[in-house]
Amino acid sequence: MNITLRVWRQKSRDVEGRMVTYEIEDVSPDMSFLEMLDVLNEKLTLQGEEPVAFDHDCREGICGACGVVIDGVAHGPETTTTCQLHMRSFSDGDVITVEPWRATAFPVVKDLVVDRGAFDRIIQAGGYISAPTGTAPDAHAMPVPKSDADRAFDAATCIGCGACVAACPNASGMLFTAAKVTHLGMLPQGQPEREARVVKMVNQHDEEEFGGCTNIGECAAVCPKGIPLDTISQLNRDLLGSLTSASSE
Amino acid sequence: MANSTLTKQRSAALQSSVALKSAMAVTGGILVLFLIAHMYGNLMVFGGQEAFDDYSHHIREIGEPMLPHGGALWIIRVVLLASLLIHAYAAFALWARAKHARPAAQRYVVRKSAQSPSRRYAAQTMRWGGVIVALFVIYHILHLTTNHIAPGGASDSPYERLVNGFQIWWVVLSYLIALLAVGYHLWHGIFSALATLGVNKAGRERALRLIATVVAAAITVGFLVPPFSILFGLVS
Ligand code: HEM
Ligand code: SF4
Ligand code: FES
Repeated sequence: MNITLRVWRQKSRDVEGRMVTYEIEDVSPDMSFLEMLDVLNEKLTLQGEEPVAFDHDCREGICGACGVVIDGVAHGPETTTTCQLHMRSFSDGDVITVEPWRATAFPVVKDLVVDRGAFDRIIQAGGYISAPTGTAPDAHAMPVPKSDADRAFDAATCIGCGACVAACPNASGMLFTAAKVTHLGMLPQGQPEREARVVKMVNQHDEEEFGGCTNIGECAAVCPKGIPLDTISQLNRDLLGSLTSASSE
Repeated sequence: MANSTLTKQRSAALQSSVALKSAMAVTGGILVLFLIAHMYGNLMVFGGQEAFDDYSHHIREIGEPMLPHGGALWIIRVVLLASLLIHAYAAFALWARAKHARPAAQRYVVRKSAQSPSRRYAAQTMRWGGVIVALFVIYHILHLTTNHIAPGGASDSPYERLVNGFQIWWVVLSYLIALLAVGYHLWHGIFSALATLGVNKAGRERALRLIATVVAAAITVGFLVPPFSILFGLVS
């Protein structure tokens, strides 16, 4: 297939970027989206031009590095990561627009690469448990109801890709934050720090200049890991609980 | 040490986007409860002039003689006004944060929703829709409460104000537009408020959205029945 790509090019964080159009011939429908970009970059390199910078690592949908907005949707037309998106989802002659995540909290580093360090700082603020490490405890030492374990596990599958922020009209990072709050909040190990965690993580989220959630639901609709919108409701419940218990202390 | 840090963190969290949104949800909820009571009152118009004017007179007597004449009504008015102001303040504060979180210079060249268009439309029109609703509230108070705007003729009888006004097609049209805006606002708003206050849980989302749809539709239709009945001469 032949594809026309409109790609965001931006040399570095502080310079202005613009859309640049490239033609790519002989794209195989079996290529992944990133492989198609690889083909473009080989061509650009041979022509002596600067290749398009894009982030990627595992290329198997588990690291969360590869997110870009394709034709206006985070990670493109399938609900998966960009590396797991294949060219068979497009047709011959398509014009495809590729842009980086756009949010004040995710500044563009170069072309399609953004700095998602804000997510790391939200995790640092409280997205962990303070437990001594050592040998793994016996699996049955701390029983967890199956439904809680399932919900914790589902929330834990968040790969921190940032698609939720990219898709949100408010550029809110609440689905990501809620996934972590839910993951740890469902498990016994997460209980001692549960109240403090949600308060610190929400504060950090706001400090990173993400917008506020208004329950629009675009985040959950594009999340490659299917993190459900109701995790945000659980986060709200935890935060409101923490704030009201503070006044009764 | 750890505790004082947490106390500080907690007071910061009182200003967080989640706290703002919760204020919006609680005040929005108060306004919705008011709308339901108000709608019920309006439907009394079908009981005729006496019943309706009696009802209007009655709400000024609630709590008497503990409260002065019209006292309860004034308490309700203060609570509603405060709710509306807090609601609008939180809305504008979150609007400003969202604008800062993705400024106009960073807008996407191509933008497409991953959700059904109708739902997305309701969620996306909350802000401007809210402004329309606010303007309508002012117009509506000037029309039927203070009677400063009196199409069809002013009157001391609330029933006559209603009937005089709604015999005119463009008055009914203005209420139709406003109530569709209210309905849209509540379609997303009621779901959003429940989710914000922590009611949304796995497997419950469809039910909550259904509740929001039913309540929003009931309020819109319930408010539109009296004006249209008057326009078509069923009440005169
Ligand atoms: C009769 C008057 C009104 C009622 C009954 C009402 C009701 C509600 C409710 C229940 C919510 C959901 C709260 C939440 O997000 O959790 C809401 C949200 C909202 N309201 Fe109102 N509202 C009214 C007037 C207004 C006005 C005058 C404005 C504009 C200044 C406004 C702007 C908003 C905005 C921006 C939201 C948040 C949107 C979102 O969640 O996406 N509302 N409203
Ligand atoms: S919640 Fe989903 S979309 Fe957001 S960072 Fe995690 S995996 Fe990505
Ligand atoms: S490259 Fe790791 S998820 Fe796509």
